[in-house]
Amino acid sequence: MSAQPLEEIAELLLKAARQHGATAADVVAAEGDSLSVGVRLGEVEKLKQSRAKHLGLRVFVNQSTAISATADFSREALVKLAEETCALARITAPDPFAGLPPADDLAREILDLELYDPDVETVTPEHGIAQARAAEAVALGADPRITNSEGAEFSSGYDRVVYASSTGFLGSYRDSGFSLSVVPIATENGGMQRDYWYSSHRRLRALEEPEAVGRKAAQRTLRRLGARQVDTCEVPVVFDPETAASLLRHLAGAVSGYALYKGSSFLIGKLGQTIAPEFLTIYDDGTLVGALGSKPFDGEGVITRRNAVVEKGVLRSYLLDTYSARKLDSRTTGNASRSVADAPHVGTTNLFPAAGEQSPEEILRGIPKGLYVTELIGMGVNPVTGDYSRGAVGQWIVDGELAYPVEEITIAGNLLQMFQGIEAIGSDLELRHSVSAPTIKIGRMTVAGR
Amino acid sequence: MSQTQSVAATERFFLDRFGLSESLLEQIVGGAVARKADYADVYFEFRTVESFSLEDGIVKKANKNVSQGAGVRVVAGDKTGYAHSDDVTVENLQLASRTAQAIAQQGGPSQAVSVRGQQPTHDLYTLAHSPLDVALGDKIALLNQIDIAARRLDSRIKNVFATLAVEHKLVLIAGSTGFIVGDVQPLLRLNVTCIAEEGQLRQHGTYGGGGRVEFDFLTDGERYLRWTRTAAEQALRNLHAVDAPAGSLTVVLGPGWPGVLLHEAVGHGLEGDFNRKQTSAFAGRLGEQVASPLCTVVDDGTIRNRRGSLNVDDEGTPTGRTVLIEKGILRGYLQDRMNARLMGMPLTGNGRRESFAHIPMPRMTNTFMLAGESTPDEIIRSVDRGLYAAHFGGGQVDITNGKFVFSATEAYLIENGQITQPVKGATLIGSGPEALKRVSMVGNDMQLDEGVGTCGKDGQSVPVGVGLPTIRIDGITVGGTRT
Repeated sequence: MSAQPLEEIAELLLKAARQHGATAADVVAAEGDSLSVGVRLGEVEKLKQSRAKHLGLRVFVNQSTAISATADFSREALVKLAEETCALARITAPDPFAGLPPADDLAREILDLELYDPDVETVTPEHGIAQARAAEAVALGADPRITNSEGAEFSSGYDRVVYASSTGFLGSYRDSGFSLSVVPIATENGGMQRDYWYSSHRRLRALEEPEAVGRKAAQRTLRRLGARQVDTCEVPVVFDPETAASLLRHLAGAVSGYALYKGSSFLIGKLGQTIAPEFLTIYDDGTLVGALGSKPFDGEGVITRRNAVVEKGVLRSYLLDTYSARKLDSRTTGNASRSVADAPHVGTTNLFPAAGEQSPEEILRGIPKGLYVTELIGMGVNPVTGDYSRGAVGQWIVDGELAYPVEEITIAGNLLQMFQGIEAIGSDLELRHSVSAPTIKIGRMTVAGR
Repeated sequence: MSQTQSVAATERFFLDRFGLSESLLEQIVGGAVARKADYADVYFEFRTVESFSLEDGIVKKANKNVSQGAGVRVVAGDKTGYAHSDDVTVENLQLASRTAQAIAQQGGPSQAVSVRGQQPTHDLYTLAHSPLDVALGDKIALLNQIDIAARRLDSRIKNVFATLAVEHKLVLIAGSTGFIVGDVQPLLRLNVTCIAEEGQLRQHGTYGGGGRVEFDFLTDGERYLRWTRTAAEQALRNLHAVDAPAGSLTVVLGPGWPGVLLHEAVGHGLEGDFNRKQTSAFAGRLGEQVASPLCTVVDDGTIRNRRGSLNVDDEGTPTGRTVLIEKGILRGYLQDRMNARLMGMPLTGNGRRESFAHIPMPRMTNTFMLAGESTPDEIIRSVDRGLYAAHFGGGQVDITNGKFVFSATEAYLIENGQITQPVKGATLIGSGPEALKRVSMVGNDMQLDEGVGTCGKDGQSVPVGVGLPTIRIDGITVGGTRT
């Protein structure tokens, strides 16, 4: 195996592709290390170390495309890969929309978005074990009803990504990530419940304290004890920040260029139209310093930016990479997401709504009877129609207060009507994840239960 | 290739490829399983995946992905140390072995391990012709025919997406109990999605299948055209689907893929790890009634050419047939090595992992309910008002409180014993230890699914199968919008 830098390997591969008839090509290469440790009931349960290095090659022979990936970096293997990929491209049909991004869209300089924390080089398994152990101990000690645990986990890792293309672009960046999570189990009257809490960040020292993570996990688990079904009804539904983020992920799926040109989105033809109340603005922003979804350029070397997807309730922008943009007669928005083994696809960077002014308590206060959702399970969303039906767990709202836990219920509606039916956006926005949201209230949905 | 040749050939392949020898493997495994460790193994994988995608009437994308790597695992009590790399060298394997060994609290001297070549007990999917070797032109032609067939079926079919994926995986596993075993695991899958449009209405339908089979499997009896028709008809039918009802209803599940019910309602909850840790709603309930006496549910990894089948699991244990529920009584759990040992229970051949980069866990293979005695007609006629669900997307379960969901993508109302209008997709939700107690009729039409299932657990995806006869459930919550 070669210890050559990824940049040299990428250029070697581009050259080999050209020699085998590629009219254009690009390479994404990535290497990284990661560590994860798991603790359960105070004892170390799992220690895992990973090392990965692989690359993907995309070639164009005129308008025909093929993609290949390998972890074998020997010179012979790379030359063979280039040859095979070009041969594969020749058998696919020409596609007039295929091609690399225009040079104007490429990142001219690689901004330092503070995505890398050198602590990733020195963090030890012992540190991770201590963090996980502390978080779990706090959760286990929070209440006698917390009787068991699925464990606590600490992980850290870094990646280095290199992108090179036959247009002459060559860029790279490093990023790091750390996370701490705990899953306690509580028991009461023969019923068992689990829930979780976590913290994740690009900087080790910015992780929440283990005590805070453990305490929150315990609270979330305890409040589920004694959950019951409710009668089928139509009521206002309030999504906590974790579940509200899933509504944004559905929106992101529907504004992805691929879903749109394939006819697989409930937002086809809605650009420029009002799809939500005036107080809703949603950004996708790949340039936020230190954020989990940031990167200096996307999977095709295109500079990332801040796109207002929804502005004052109006659908303003789709999320596009080069190919889907051309299919839609538009221009890339810098949202190409690329794993080494596959063609670029559209992905979000940091997706979040602008925070509102009401606190979660204020939002709940006006509701005589309704559902506060804390977990959603299942995949009951039809992307084509927006029809929505998912399993839910949460708290029943009575006279503006969280009264008792509920489970074995579903919530159903239609995503377009749900977005139009948003009645409140909370002030509690925290960018805990690459897709984040504050508390969101939807005026009316069907809750199915007994 | 005969079976004996294939094992020797697999071993030779890996040793040659990475410049290793059998004695070196013995040293690595022996070093990993030092005094305080109970078990160690090394897992090598070489995987080739090829895929072709059709959209807008042309096959415009071809992918080929070759991945390789090795993982070393050390188990001490309930602790697991794991290290893996896709850069397989002697030095990296030795480093991985030392890293993984750090889990055992005190190191000790290496143990002498000698590994003996072991034949897999089964030979479930030796193929005369690998689908990888089929001419690329034939694969492209098949996809093009799917597009033509779907559009010809009805002018409202406006777009067709089809993906053909071919995988060829070689694995080699050496364990400190003294074995080395290899397997060649082919996998083929075809998926078809059709988009139908009529005025402002738009819908989609998806179908497909596959298995550890040759390419001809797709063309035998024009299977690929039947799948295409099914996808197109589902899209067309859904154009005029009415809102699904909301609340507790009598539900009839059709045969085959609706077996995802079993996968979610009971399968995951019976995996050994959750039961050893007492985190499953089924923990400590062996011998108890958890389903109606009409229900017998098995997990069987030994069915020929099935997507969920394996000759040996990813720890080298021969796969088997495990009765999970017998006439309603909970009988067994699904085990990997570590959990079987800690629970003092037999191995079942269910230790699986997504790849060399993952730690094995107890997982399902092909999970299904045995046939009963009612005819499907009798079952439907017995329902005054209810839902008939013919096809599902996926499902999910919270194994601790036992609540599971699975989402219908093709469903109909049953009115006065007749299937009437199609209804929109809806999620069904129930409680694992309770739902199967309400099974009041079981059909004589057991079918396995077409071979598309993928199961996710703790971030790891593995191919699985499910199966079900037509069954009637007296009361499960249907998550529609119509109250």
